[in-house]
Amino acid sequence: MSVPMTLLGLLEREPSHGYDLKRDYDTFFSRGKPLPFGQVYATLGRLARDGKIVVGEVEPGVGPERKRYVITERGATEVESWLTEPVEAEPNLQTVLFTKVVLALMLGRPAEEYLDVQRATHLRRMQELTEIKRSGNLVDTMLADHGLFHLEADLHWIDTTVARLDALRTMVAQR
Amino acid sequence: MTAIEARDVALSFGETPALRGATVSVASGEIVAVMGPSGSGKSTLLHCLAGILVPDSGEIHFEGRRIDTLSETERSALRRDRFGFVFQFGQLVPELTAEENVALPLLLSGVKRGAALAQARPWFDRLGLTGLGRRRSGELSGGQAQRVALARGLVARPGVLFADEPTGALDSLTGEQVMELLVTSAREQGTTVVLVTHDARVAAYADRQVIVRDGKVNALVHS
Ligand SMILES: Nc1ncnc2c1ncn2[C@@H]1O[C@H](COP(=O)(O)OP(=O)(O)OP(=O)(O)O)[C@@H](O)[C@H]1O
Ligand SMILES: [Mg+2]
Repeated sequence: MSVPMTLLGLLEREPSHGYDLKRDYDTFFSRGKPLPFGQVYATLGRLARDGKIVVGEVEPGVGPERKRYVITERGATEVESWLTEPVEAEPNLQTVLFTKVVLALMLGRPAEEYLDVQRATHLRRMQELTEIKRSGNLVDTMLADHGLFHLEADLHWIDTTVARLDALRTMVAQR
Repeated sequence: MTAIEARDVALSFGETPALRGATVSVASGEIVAVMGPSGSGKSTLLHCLAGILVPDSGEIHFEGRRIDTLSETERSALRRDRFGFVFQFGQLVPELTAEENVALPLLLSGVKRGAALAQARPWFDRLGLTGLGRRRSGELSGGQAQRVALARGLVARPGVLFADEPTGALDSLTGEQVMELLVTSAREQGTTVVLVTHDARVAAYADRQVIVRDGKVNALVHS
């Protein structure tokens, strides 16, 4: 998760103090790894330097937390284009699993056993994520869902590959 | 303690071997997912465990008692009194209301109508079906009907619940709600569950997964 873009996005919502940004970041995006204050202010400093935010008037009062950060036109444009741009769809043909299977077949090793172990590992992780879902809040649930659907896609690939192993073995042997 | 177990079970439909030496054992209170490719023998295994089909060879044991050698009448009494069932398409009785459907296993084992319905009714609130007890199955959505079927499977507090693709006809979120209810209710009642599914996200609700391939049961091998 891109910290600068996330903080910028939070500022697009409303001008905020560094403290509020950290709190909202930790609630929704940090996944158990709170964002250090140092990183919050360093990031805000860079965003300000690049003209994506400006520091508002220092407010009177006690305590260190008196600056409010405001997004600029340039910052808002950047948030907009980041949100609209799709994430690169990875060409999954070069995954580790694919390489393992083909190599295993080339070396005459038991690819199916490796895939079975991989399936068990995937299922165990899916069990853990399901447990998180069953006991967690909505944010945990949504993140667990994301993991579950990806693992499920891998499992479909594993099942289909197991069904294709004989054909693949023949092809690999011919080269 | 073992609740239900298949030992080296083989069964053919004519020339087609569906099971060829299937062995699996499910502990009391355990939820086991049976996965595997289409046609591998999952449903056949479930039907053998539940005493619906009789294997050509091998043995089925329930709570330490061999059940595949029982007569059809004894097996049908066992199914009625100790087992619950949920299938892919709820298979509710269309002539009955939803609450009569839930009460059905109790009615069939001789509980009086009033008492059976009184036991059926609380399930509607806990399954998020408040107010739908009087509807007939044709007036329920697929997800609602499936929850009614789940209640029917569990209402008599069976020793084992057999579920064959219970979420197969549902979208992900509805399927998830059904699984959540299945797991929570089975745990509360201490019901053992044999859950056939090809869906890994459904299988992930189970304590353990096994895979049926070519009529045999493989445990998952972890690294
Ligand atoms: N009543 C039947 N008569 C004849 N053959 C049958 C019968 N039931 C199952 N079979 C055959 O037995 C084999 C195992 O079928 P089974 O229904 O157990 O598979 P399954 O793993 O449940 O598949 P699916 O995931 O598609 O439900 C298949 O080859 C199937 O065609
Ligand atoms: Mg089946």
